[in-house]
Amino acid sequence: MADSAPLHEPWESHARQREATVFGLWTFLASELLLFGGLFLVYAIHRWEDGPAFSKAAAHTDMWLGTLNTALLLTSSAAIAVAGRALEAGRARTAVIGVWVTLLLGLGFLVVKAFEYRKDLHEHLWPAPDFALAEPAARIFFGLYWTSTGLHALHVTAGLVLIARLAWMAHRGLLMKRPESMEATSLYWHLVDLIWVVLYPCLYLVGR
Amino acid sequence: MSARAESVWRAPLILWAVLVGLLALSVAVTEAPLGSAKTPISLAIAGVKAVLIALVFMRLNRASILVRLAAGAGVLFTAFLFLLTAGDYLARS
Repeated sequence: MADSAPLHEPWESHARQREATVFGLWTFLASELLLFGGLFLVYAIHRWEDGPAFSKAAAHTDMWLGTLNTALLLTSSAAIAVAGRALEAGRARTAVIGVWVTLLLGLGFLVVKAFEYRKDLHEHLWPAPDFALAEPAARIFFGLYWTSTGLHALHVTAGLVLIARLAWMAHRGLLMKRPESMEATSLYWHLVDLIWVVLYPCLYLVGR
Repeated sequence: MSARAESVWRAPLILWAVLVGLLALSVAVTEAPLGSAKTPISLAIAGVKAVLIALVFMRLNRASILVRLAAGAGVLFTAFLFLLTAGDYLARS
């Protein structure tokens, strides 16, 4: 299947081309890990320093919306995983359906997030003069909440643009011809899911 | 289902079920009267989910040494970030 794909310079074979894509992607993903790692570090420092006041602020996040979003992202990861495997097996139709399901679930994540943000703002959880909670540690917690979920949502949006591109490629009959695109987009999307999976307990499950 | 069809669905579906199960478990842990053990348990569950996503969805279990090194480098340097910062805080009097 891969032999119908164009072979770019400098690679001598499709196997090496694919390997280069995956290796390059993982190098990029390693840098993403460090980006979010920095935020997790700040979270860990404040949890260490400010103790219960920091964690108790987390009780004000909406656990059920957070859980729903986690389920949506996990399912979207499964969908793109199926799409990738289907593409390798030459099953283009299954692959395209998988791509569309991923896209819709990812959009669902952003929609839920929008409702959640609206609810949070309504409850005065944005660090402004009218912030709802008294303790300084709560303000720091929510600073981290908005920063990390905001940065993550930006990554989700970028991922959705990449997945939409896959759908467009499928429409143009290019998906099978450029399997590296699926591979690369897929890896990025799984990382976005992975980061959320670790973010979720930090923001939604502590302090309850 | 042909063998090929199965192999496209099988691993992702099984992992999805495991991940959703672990998600339900972490919610149950939060609602249960477990006191200060809740946070480490929730984080441990999240860690397991992250490793499973990396190994199965991201196919690190079948990747070459080069790819595993790249992924491992990310983990290693994040660990350095945490370790050296922790060293700073723990050394403060």
